[in-house]
Amino acid sequence: MYEFVTGPLALAAILIFFFGSAGRIAAMLLLAKKDKVVYPYLNLHYGLRSLFHWVLPFGARNMRMHPFFTVFSFLFHIGVLALPLFLRAHLVMWERATGLTAPALPEALADTLTVIVLLVCFFFLLRRIVSPEVRYVTTAGDYLLLLLVAAPFITGFLATHQWTEYRPALLFHVLLAELLLVLLPFTRISHMLFFPLTRMYMGAEFGAVRHSKDW
Amino acid sequence: MTIHRNPVDDPGFERGLQKLTPERLSAVVHQVLDTEAAARLKIYLATCVHCGLCSEACHWYLSNRKDPEYSPVGKVKETMAKLVELRDTVTHDDLRAMARIAFTECNVCRRCSMYCPFGIDIAYLLLTIRRFCHLLGIVPLYLQDTVNSHSAAYNQMWVGQNDWIDTLLWQEEEAQSEVPSAAIPLEREGADIMYSVIAPEPKILAQLIGNMAQIMAVAGMSWTMPATDGWDNSNMAMFSGDFEIMGRVERLHWDTALRLKVKRVVMGECGHAFRGSAYDGPKWLGWLHPPIPMVHAVDFYHELITSGRIRIAKKIKGPITLQEPCNIVRGLGLGEKLRFLMNAVCEDFRDVEPNREHNYCCAAGGGVINCGPIWKAERVRGNKEKAKQLAATGATTVITPCHNCHSGIEDIVGHYKLGMHVKFFSDLLLEAMEIPDELRG
Repeated sequence: MYEFVTGPLALAAILIFFFGSAGRIAAMLLLAKKDKVVYPYLNLHYGLRSLFHWVLPFGARNMRMHPFFTVFSFLFHIGVLALPLFLRAHLVMWERATGLTAPALPEALADTLTVIVLLVCFFFLLRRIVSPEVRYVTTAGDYLLLLLVAAPFITGFLATHQWTEYRPALLFHVLLAELLLVLLPFTRISHMLFFPLTRMYMGAEFGAVRHSKDW
Repeated sequence: MTIHRNPVDDPGFERGLQKLTPERLSAVVHQVLDTEAAARLKIYLATCVHCGLCSEACHWYLSNRKDPEYSPVGKVKETMAKLVELRDTVTHDDLRAMARIAFTECNVCRRCSMYCPFGIDIAYLLLTIRRFCHLLGIVPLYLQDTVNSHSAAYNQMWVGQNDWIDTLLWQEEEAQSEVPSAAIPLEREGADIMYSVIAPEPKILAQLIGNMAQIMAVAGMSWTMPATDGWDNSNMAMFSGDFEIMGRVERLHWDTALRLKVKRVVMGECGHAFRGSAYDGPKWLGWLHPPIPMVHAVDFYHELITSGRIRIAKKIKGPITLQEPCNIVRGLGLGEKLRFLMNAVCEDFRDVEPNREHNYCCAAGGGVINCGPIWKAERVRGNKEKAKQLAATGATTVITPCHNCHSGIEDIVGHYKLGMHVKFFSDLLLEAMEIPDELRG
């Protein structure tokens, strides 16, 4: 069972994630041709200038207006990107499958990041419930998505520290991570794919066309 | 928490809804969602994570005690998100609410695009709803009237050609009472500059044309104004969603400038007219840029002062602040030049906070003030934040280099009893500039 889940099933999930993402981006770029203004207005310099400001903590006025959110959100995103890629256990599996290796996160740092990711998930949940402007636009899907993201981190943490029975926790962890990977391109987590496109287009329009800035 | 909106009955909505057939609704839903709107609509709706971080960008939200219904994403939820979900099963009540939100509660000022972490163009989504409503025939009555005027008379306020020429001759005389050599040269082919204005100038603020005649005379510029249609650079069709008429209006404006063989068009102090002439109009006509450069009055005054063509004789006394028009600050990056001008002619310029690209909209722009007096109370209530911002400067005069801002700020100054004079920049410049003796005659 474990061999199947970490072997063919994992490969299938990665392929769906990869081709799903590529397909979504390609479809959007193709559709953008129909939107007559998009390509003529694109400008790499101004696009990257805007993107740079928005991936830099406190690089935009709105981030400075919400310092807690900014810090939490940056830590969260660093965690959800770094942990799947650079956790020692994950790298061992990569090495076994492909022979490739990379430097791993120190264990203490990995644990801290996992706890941070989960705490920020809880913060996001509270925000959806408590803040009127967020609650007003929150859908059931938004809660499910939060759960979908948190689940692999919860089960991964439990498996690592063997607070529950190791095998089932590990199996759940791998399955939930695969589920997340498969759904990623087709849910709002696709902002991971689309964010650079939307931000760079807006940056280009503000910079090249309107001689202004958008942060 | 939620403030219930005061009921406002707009005859433009009701008449449109009475005539609307289910077949027409289906056809328009298909046209807008599947044919006209493409990647931007899809990617924006797919990417938004409902984080609510755009809320504090909006003056409507801030002014309405942070009622989430007025936040940018809240407005999208009630309009575009609903339309995409329900398509042609939307009810008349849904359509009424969509039209109200898109036409009267969003100034398409684009401040929220600077607060959305993903750079989602929320104003574009709301403008697409306006386009949808226009195609259904559900447009605020007063706004539609300005569009009808554009369509029939090629200007926003039903100004006839005889009135137009007569007003220019009258203002030429007015200008001559200060600067005897001032003239408003009509139809002078090959002049350097065509000066174009928006229809409210000849209709209700004719002295602004006289102001410019004095400025041009003192600066010694080669300029002209058309005697034919095509003199009006305003464009309300751009805001009603009637892009066909928008394109027609802009084409005539540029054709007129090309006919007069001018090197550039200088325009009066108006924000949306710049947007229409330089961006939205050319975009619809398939031009990346206007055929000849369009220079906003603020840019032009800056050029006249820095080049020494206009000298400042005396600075204006008293605390003076500024209303920055979205379409020339967020839309053209003139924030620095505006400050240069303010400091050049004012002894005591009081800056606003937040400022430049981050300034709050006047709540009149984007066609909202053109929705008419029936919406005025809601509009003024929707910009309490602006009143607070202006009051904090302690100024007694506010400069508004835009017609929409001018009218909107006057309403806010009146309602919130701010006790400020609302002026155009040319009013200040006329007081401050040196008129050389040889020109006085």
